[in-house]
Amino acid sequence: MDEFTIRGKVAVAGVGETTYWKHSQSPHAEFKLALMAILAAAEDAGIDPTEIDGFASYSNDRNDPSRIAAALGCRELAFSNMQWGGGGGGGSAAIANAAAAIACGYARCVVVFRALAQGQFQRFGQAAAGGAAAGHDAFTVPYGVMSPAQKYAMRYQRFAHEHGIERSALRAISMASYHHAQQNPRAVMYGRPLSEEDYDASRWITEPFRLFDCCQENDGAAAILLVAAERARDLPHRPCYLLGAAAGSEYRNGAPVHNAPLYGTSSFTTVAPRAFAMAGIGAADVDVAQSYENFTGGVLMSLVEHGFFAPEEANDFLTLDNLRADGGAGTPPKSDRRPGGRGGKLPLNTSGGNLAECYMHGLELNIEAVRQVRGLSPNQVEGAEISVVGSGPMVTPVSSTVFGAEATL
Amino acid sequence: MSHLPEGMPRPLADELTEPFWAAAREERLVVQRCGDCETWQWGPEWCCHACRSFEMGWAEAPTRGRIYSWERNYHPVHPALRGRDPYVVVLVELPEAGGVRMVGNLLGDPMQEVRIGAEVEAVFEHHDEADPPYTLVQWRYV
Repeated sequence: MDEFTIRGKVAVAGVGETTYWKHSQSPHAEFKLALMAILAAAEDAGIDPTEIDGFASYSNDRNDPSRIAAALGCRELAFSNMQWGGGGGGGSAAIANAAAAIACGYARCVVVFRALAQGQFQRFGQAAAGGAAAGHDAFTVPYGVMSPAQKYAMRYQRFAHEHGIERSALRAISMASYHHAQQNPRAVMYGRPLSEEDYDASRWITEPFRLFDCCQENDGAAAILLVAAERARDLPHRPCYLLGAAAGSEYRNGAPVHNAPLYGTSSFTTVAPRAFAMAGIGAADVDVAQSYENFTGGVLMSLVEHGFFAPEEANDFLTLDNLRADGGAGTPPKSDRRPGGRGGKLPLNTSGGNLAECYMHGLELNIEAVRQVRGLSPNQVEGAEISVVGSGPMVTPVSSTVFGAEATL
Repeated sequence: MSHLPEGMPRPLADELTEPFWAAAREERLVVQRCGDCETWQWGPEWCCHACRSFEMGWAEAPTRGRIYSWERNYHPVHPALRGRDPYVVVLVELPEAGGVRMVGNLLGDPMQEVRIGAEVEAVFEHHDEADPPYTLVQWRYV
């Protein structure tokens, strides 16, 4: 009898990205950006775009699959899916949903996409003047808790208090993203390196988060095209398979007004173990990780909850040298990675991530994870075979994906 | 006098939350409590998360709690906050009301040290000029 798993059943056929811009700088309408990214993914896969018969997105993406399918002349629409939840928590879940559709026979060629041109709508970090707050928001908004940074800073503050986390740990996460972006011409922060002094001197946004602890806001679009694994060997790129995926959050994470029983969490305590169990891996097997940076504190907790190190190890583990893909760090051979400790090294956010490549709500992190398996990253980890993404820490639901090369099947 | 500038969004009461806002006007702090199993619950919900009962009532909670977490907000995300001082938000745990947590501002100097675990007490901040009037629950060190 079949296991209930998508391990090895679905492969990434193609990835596509538009140019990434600073927010409000896109010369194109948001819907056009979505079309451009999807067409780029189809071209990358060598697949006729009219063959696309399914769409999956997240975070209330505004671009309706029925209109996209009509615009592109897709022969048939067989799957049209939206993952609940805001922020980037659905970035890996949308891939999981698309993969499930393929594995269960609902559709054959499903594209996961996200398009953002906030300047054409409303920005995330700004509230409208005056107004009123209804429902549970009435217990937070009048006290000045409105933006994502303000909604999530207290989760990290509690965790940092409980585990004695130092500021240098957050700084290392920020610097790793900026470091990797300097090798990535697509990155919005390409050519704009970040020094320790720059980080330390940056203004507070919401203490404990400084400017460089917070993601950018950007315009652009990204897409990932998935097909059944059987087709992978006939496609242009080195095959990249989905080994595991999971979405959700632990018990009552969504309890209103900051009343989650486990408060100092990135929401991954049950999700990451489920994704890894489906993939049949442990943290020590991971060659390279992408971890969604809404705020660096969320990344830190997410890495803990994916099992890369214990909270008490965070201050020692999180240094730029341990997180960079180059410069003698890299990833130690599997035999040298002590369980959960990885020999102290983990190449992280190797395209520059949300902080320094582009805030494409983390779909760009999944694309980078695929590039690592293909051997095509601008900061390639030598011999990378297992590549992990944690999407959207601290929100609920969050989600994780595990990608693997052919040798991992 | 209000701690944050005038022009901030006002709270809207609804069927689920009205008893809290009405009690705050009378300087009473009330929290949802299950009529069947007596579990305290916050924020308000239609049923009890412990026993699924819909017989949710309201019980008066002691007005002292402990700081569970905090943040100091600098970036003005609302027009009313532009050009104004930073402000501290505290998450206050109420140990005598089942450990539920409430969000408010820590009154006093916005640059004061904030200590997790420190004892605080509720301050009822009346907005009598608003139409309709409302009352926020703020916190200060004991």
